[in-house]
Amino acid sequence: MNQVLGDKKAIVTLLAPAMIVYSLVMLVPMVWSLGYTFFDGSVISGFTFSGVDNFVRLFQDARALDALLFTLKYAVVVTVGQVLVGYGISLLYVFFLKHSSALVRTLVFFPVLMPTVAVSLMFGKLFEFTPQNGPVNALLVVVGIAPVDWLGSGDTAFLVIAMMDIWRAMGFYAVLLYAGLVDIPEELLESARLDGAGGWRLVRTMVLPLSLPVLLSAVIFSINGTLKVFDSIYALTSGGPGSSTSPLTLLMYRTSFAYGEYGYGATIALLLTVLSLLVTVAIFRSNRRDITES
Amino acid sequence: MTTSVESLPRTATVPSPPSRPRRPWLTVLRRLPVYLAVTLLLAVVVLPLVWLLLGSFKTQAEFQLNPTWALPGSFTNIDNYLAAWAAMSVYLRNSVVAVFPSLILTVLLGTAAGFALEVLVWKGRRTTLLLFLAGIMIPGQMILLPLFSMYFKASLTQTLWPLVITYTATGLPLTVFMMATYFRSVPREVFEAATIDGATVLRQFLSVGLPMVRNSVFTIALVQFFFMWNDLLIALTFTTDEKLWTVQVGLLNFTGRFGVVDYGPTFAGICINMGLVLGLYVFLNQQVMKGMTAGAVKG
Repeated sequence: MNQVLGDKKAIVTLLAPAMIVYSLVMLVPMVWSLGYTFFDGSVISGFTFSGVDNFVRLFQDARALDALLFTLKYAVVVTVGQVLVGYGISLLYVFFLKHSSALVRTLVFFPVLMPTVAVSLMFGKLFEFTPQNGPVNALLVVVGIAPVDWLGSGDTAFLVIAMMDIWRAMGFYAVLLYAGLVDIPEELLESARLDGAGGWRLVRTMVLPLSLPVLLSAVIFSINGTLKVFDSIYALTSGGPGSSTSPLTLLMYRTSFAYGEYGYGATIALLLTVLSLLVTVAIFRSNRRDITES
Repeated sequence: MTTSVESLPRTATVPSPPSRPRRPWLTVLRRLPVYLAVTLLLAVVVLPLVWLLLGSFKTQAEFQLNPTWALPGSFTNIDNYLAAWAAMSVYLRNSVVAVFPSLILTVLLGTAAGFALEVLVWKGRRTTLLLFLAGIMIPGQMILLPLFSMYFKASLTQTLWPLVITYTATGLPLTVFMMATYFRSVPREVFEAATIDGATVLRQFLSVGLPMVRNSVFTIALVQFFFMWNDLLIALTFTTDEKLWTVQVGLLNFTGRFGVVDYGPTFAGICINMGLVLGLYVFLNQQVMKGMTAGAVKG
């Protein structure tokens, strides 16, 4: 049996094409990128060996620190936002809309698939200040508040970015968590109801503890995505005003392709990779449940 | 993780809470916050899109003179769409040329590799699967610079090849991982029976394995389509020439980074971009939702 299913020639035929492409275009460049961290220059200007200069620079660079802090702030705020809002919506699906939730689920999921660039441009227009007010500012004027230049300062721009990325992903996390919630045995909830738990109390004492595993996977997925955020911020603010909304990904992109400093760009990319791995490992460790295996 | 959406009708057994027929208004009142929440949710999702669609029919004068929520004067004014289309048709062509070959390649190679890693028996297959899984976790920034150097040295920068190659490769980890998961759910007895019947491995893959995971292959293709079509980072990095821009890069530069005056065509451009995706979603929404949540590891 295993002789047939272990046929070496067949294994190579099926696996080799994927393995070769994957190795050449992803694994080799990963190692290559590590090599770049010890060099200065770009593919156009040529490279010179610079030892650990890039790492020294990284630790002293105030912009890199700002970008790191922005990445962390964004990841924490947006992850919490996406999972909490998604969880709230999924509770709504399971306990209130019940079987009639299919249409709502489908509608709320749609923004997940919309091109990031399109969503960013749309939010740019929604929160527009100059040359004329967008709907959000127009609404503020109606209720008697002065319009805000949302994308004109770092703090309000961050708010718009966070709102946008929560808006974009909430339908996704709602469906993900919904799938976890419907897996809770109905008998458990029913017995809790008979014991007099209802509404909020039922959620707090029964539903929340039972959905912790799926909430944890949602947090991991979300943080894995938010640490790598690029498209939405690049398209909405290009990291501005100034560099007040630049995460590490954007700083890396700028450094490499606008200033042609491949070595330093690769060093920032390495920092980002280490950060993603650390966070993922930390979350796995804290729970010891390998969700990718299920 | 892959099961989720199919197991839904479980709640069908929920007995409805005891009703109070004498005072129906009380029930309505008690449920009012929930109705409000649902209404708010739908408004937050749908209204921006409606506003966008309305804007795509407005003339420049309407944008400047009327309140932003005013209806357009005419719904048959498609000038904006004509202007947007004139600029976007090249970008659309580039996107199609870059995305579809990558899609076919990544699904083909990924499915074969998933079969080899899950159904076939050999030493080191777990490690190899983990190696592919690492590709999901690593940020794209980590491979951009060496790839750029490679494409530059190979003089590919004036073509769409860098996009096809990069999309194919970056799509592989998730495809391999998901296909391995799907093949795992096929009972081993099926392959054992086929072996007894004398089927070679390749025959097993093509005539037994593949037909059994047909739907999953389609699902993963859908998921990859959305990732590739909506990608900005890779397209932005490797399309140095305006002639090669994909839809996303083209739309981003639609009115020039700072020239935000010409509203109509921009709105129409965004609508065209979203409309394509919406069209797919209208017909395949269940499969798309299932696939996207199964592919959540990608983040």
